[in-house]
Amino acid sequence: MLAQNVQVAQNIGFGIIAAVMIASALKVVTSSNVVHAALALVAVLAGAAAQYLLLAAEFVAVTQILVYVGAVMVLFLFGVMLTRAKLGRDADLNNKNAKVGIPVALLMLGVMVYVLIDGWHATKLPQDGGQVELKNVSDSIFVPYLLPFWALSFVLLAAVIGAIVLARKD
Amino acid sequence: MVAADLPYWAQSLLRVLGGTVAVLLPAGTIVYLFLFKMMSFMQSRLGPMEAGPYGSMQLFAEVGKWLQKEDIQPELADKRIFKIAPLIVLVSTFILVAVVPFGPDAWFTNFETGVFYALAVSSVSVLGILIAGWSSANKYSLLGGLRAAGQLIAYELPMVLAVIGVVIQAGTLNLQGIVVSQNAGSMFGWDGLGNPYILTQFVGFLVFMISVQAELTQTPFDMPIAESELVSGYMTEYSGFRFLIFFIAEFANVGVFTLIASILFLGGWGIPFSWFGWTSVDSIDNWMNVVGPLIMVTKMIVLSFIVMWVRFSYPRLREDQLQRFAWKVLIPVSLVNIMITAVLKVMF
Repeated sequence: MLAQNVQVAQNIGFGIIAAVMIASALKVVTSSNVVHAALALVAVLAGAAAQYLLLAAEFVAVTQILVYVGAVMVLFLFGVMLTRAKLGRDADLNNKNAKVGIPVALLMLGVMVYVLIDGWHATKLPQDGGQVELKNVSDSIFVPYLLPFWALSFVLLAAVIGAIVLARKD
Repeated sequence: MVAADLPYWAQSLLRVLGGTVAVLLPAGTIVYLFLFKMMSFMQSRLGPMEAGPYGSMQLFAEVGKWLQKEDIQPELADKRIFKIAPLIVLVSTFILVAVVPFGPDAWFTNFETGVFYALAVSSVSVLGILIAGWSSANKYSLLGGLRAAGQLIAYELPMVLAVIGVVIQAGTLNLQGIVVSQNAGSMFGWDGLGNPYILTQFVGFLVFMISVQAELTQTPFDMPIAESELVSGYMTEYSGFRFLIFFIAEFANVGVFTLIASILFLGGWGIPFSWFGWTSVDSIDNWMNVVGPLIMVTKMIVLSFIVMWVRFSYPRLREDQLQRFAWKVLIPVSLVNIMITAVLKVMF
């Protein structure tokens, strides 16, 4: 029995992308090569961007690509290749205590699912909510959320200055 | 609006075919006109003359040659990534062209955040270059890849900042909207020429073109493939078909970036709306869907002529000069440009 108003194509797309994301995410933690792990992480982040697109949030999707795939992961790979990036398998890459991570991850999942269900109950977002206008995004960043936006900028500025202080020898 | 009568799959097929043409045709034109012929004339030689009239079939001969070559992979290379890397670079070019409008209805997708999308997607090709350098298992390749990443990150910032000036003036991130606002605009009440942003955003145009030159790793910004130091940088170990992909991607990128530059600063596919009494996109006559692409390609050829002219004329910058130029000259200049543009926008 197919319920009314279910967007079939979107749901199939969501399923495929989600499966790819989960497979890539597992590869990130199990791969024995740093660069392969980083590339799998790229797939996860790009998959998130694709999911945003399915939700008609193109601005967020493009930002995700620009920031995570285009900048963060490039810097990540850049740093890894400058310092340690052996070709082939890297024996000491996986931690012996990795198994401890499994219950922690499951606990996190449980907490998030609980919070989502507890916070929303039966409320569902409108399916044909339509595209979010870019103007509304900027209006909400620069009016009600201006103070957190500024605070975030200062945190980033502090991080940049800290990095310069650490890196400079003189 | 022919596309509206076709089913969705036919539209999609047409879009994919159109996108392929829009990427490969400029690439071929640029290689033949500028790389083969113009460079030869600048060096007082004829260039290719044998294949076809004036060597115009030389490209097909070249492609045939590359396809016949043996597929060589280094023994120690990370084979899978070695094969994926050129594809990432090429695919990022193909999905870049998706937002470029060629006429009032001749667009592949009318993305609301077009410019932003273009800038984001163009930054993905760095990833391909970086892993190409790493997976080759060659010191020169790795150095080339690292240099490329450092350079592309440094010059992406001034490029984004230069575009912001245009976006502020147009009041939209949509490339179609930027074209319309230039051609429907007027300068001090006179609308005979529209208002191409190259006049008001000349500083932005200069910064953008310099950054494009660097993003495309064309001389004088070709440190990543500096042949006298690094053999051929991240491309050292690539041969045959895979090298061909890098080669196509390089010149297809020149085409796509100059198309975007022509939209941002030269008015794109449009002609000043006042000439024919048009007021908005909807009132434009249908023949613009044919003439528009031709206008775009003309502007693209002019801009890529400048890119290649600079490429053949200047010697290579040193690595430290290159980085200093981006961080200490281009970024401050483009920040000041944004400030002035914003102030003027609020005032008028």
